[in-house]
Amino acid sequence: MREKTSEDKLAEFEERVGRGEKVESGDWMPDDYRKNLIRMISQHAHSEIVGQLPEGKWIPYAPGFRRKLTLIAKVQDEAGHGQLLYRAAETLGKSREDMMSELLAGKAKYSNVFNYPTPTWADVGVIGWLVDTAAVINQTMLAQSSYGPYGRAMKRICYEESFHIKQGYDAIVALAKGTPEQRAMAQDSINRWWYPTLMMSGPPDSLSVHSQLAMKWKIKSKSNEQVRQEFVDHIVPQIRALGFEVPDPDCRFDDATGHHRYTQPDWDELRRVVNGDGPCNAERLAVRQKAHDEGRWVREALAAHHDKQSKNAAA
Amino acid sequence: MSLSLPSHIPRETFIRFLLAQADDELVLGHRDSEWTGHAPILEEDIAFSNIAQDEIGHSLVWLTLHEQLTGRTPDEMGFERIASEFRCCRFVEYPKGDFAYTVVRQYLFDVAEQVRLESFLESSFGPFKDTAEKLLREEMYHLLHSSSLVERLGDATDESHRRMQAAVDAAFPQSLGMFEQLEGEEGLTEGGVFPGNRTLRSRWLKRVVPFLRKVSLALPVKGENEHCTILCPIDDGGRKGMHTAHLDDLINDMQQVYRLAPGPNW
Repeated sequence: MREKTSEDKLAEFEERVGRGEKVESGDWMPDDYRKNLIRMISQHAHSEIVGQLPEGKWIPYAPGFRRKLTLIAKVQDEAGHGQLLYRAAETLGKSREDMMSELLAGKAKYSNVFNYPTPTWADVGVIGWLVDTAAVINQTMLAQSSYGPYGRAMKRICYEESFHIKQGYDAIVALAKGTPEQRAMAQDSINRWWYPTLMMSGPPDSLSVHSQLAMKWKIKSKSNEQVRQEFVDHIVPQIRALGFEVPDPDCRFDDATGHHRYTQPDWDELRRVVNGDGPCNAERLAVRQKAHDEGRWVREALAAHHDKQSKNAAA
Repeated sequence: MSLSLPSHIPRETFIRFLLAQADDELVLGHRDSEWTGHAPILEEDIAFSNIAQDEIGHSLVWLTLHEQLTGRTPDEMGFERIASEFRCCRFVEYPKGDFAYTVVRQYLFDVAEQVRLESFLESSFGPFKDTAEKLLREEMYHLLHSSSLVERLGDATDESHRRMQAAVDAAFPQSLGMFEQLEGEEGLTEGGVFPGNRTLRSRWLKRVVPFLRKVSLALPVKGENEHCTILCPIDDGGRKGMHTAHLDDLINDMQQVYRLAPGPNW
């Protein structure tokens, strides 16, 4: 019997994935599949960790017990999602420490959206409502991913994210029913987050290097454009139902296509922000770096204690 | 107002006592939440966020009881009072410091809370008993977490030992302020509400002194158990409304957004 060539293995792999089978961590997979997944999962993990910061900033200021408690819980969930995703990436042979170093060195990417400032309380609501809605649409699709550990992590994350959307929406409803200043605060926040949120699902597929390969191997099942359109169709009626405006005069329902038309965001801006040159990239990484540096002695001490315990147990 | 106090319990003192506990939990919970997104490892980020929610949640429990007695809502109490009206001890007001200070403070607080809640199981005031049973379960996990961190960080490396000892040196005199006598406290003791702060402090010392010594952390305390003498000044005053400037800052932050439109419209 002749040994399997890499072409045979690739053909078998593509056939398996084609049948809808899930790939598990010990299975043979093409290098590009592994690399693509590590890139996607670690970017997603970093997005959760960096994503704690824009909203976390408002924890000390959250108005009232209920908002204070739910906001801490929400930002805590993001840390939990980060932990879960780093675990999923570790199943592909990349350690959390390595991923963290790449993030701090500015070599790793994460979602564009967390590089924008959160100057008002309304941003907490709008992030939960708009940004998390966009995230859930994308992640529901990723829960079907051909890579088992990623899909399973996504299922759990989506479940929790649906509560995040509720807390965000609920906070905005309170502002919508509030004083003129509260309403204005919410509208201003929607205006600022609209385009960054549209950018979240990635550049148009014609400009995306990774999207097509990821679709071929069923890491993802929808194009960036499809995901974005789904978001717009879902969120525009909600924004209008609360009496707020969509900050795009050309945004309207098109009877012919059954979808909303909308103005494309500035894709140059997305490129700049993702590559490190957004309004808050430096600030976000500096905050992460500070926590990392100040926590070094704790990590070293926990490791030293663990070593001592293991030695005592062995003796 | 759905709750009335038995006639043998002095109302004003009882309310002060309730607020002392509620405010301790709210302010410490706020401090703990300052680690959310900034902790040394993800696991501790999650743990301290959890503890923060529990402490703030406990504050809400005490303030709900307070509401049943006075008609003032928990949000009014947390977000509309000025600093001098708070009754927390100064210990919980200090900034979160390094992770060693946070861990030591949390440990000293967790034991104190456990001792206090255990005493409520014998309280003549029914609602205290029920609440204590519920909260003790959560507190058990807090104590497990903070005491295990104290044990692991206490003498793992030279740096961790140095930091933990510095944290104990700073925190211990402050922590004694948790047991500051309340004005009119005898009324509560005689009424069987709780055994009094002096007794709680002895029970607390009996647990924390041997534990900290065991992990090589020195305390300004001579002798053991009932024969324990404290050799440091006590940082108190909080129960009388004499707070640190840190509380002003914390409350300004905490109430900033709420005060834009005070009330339930957030």
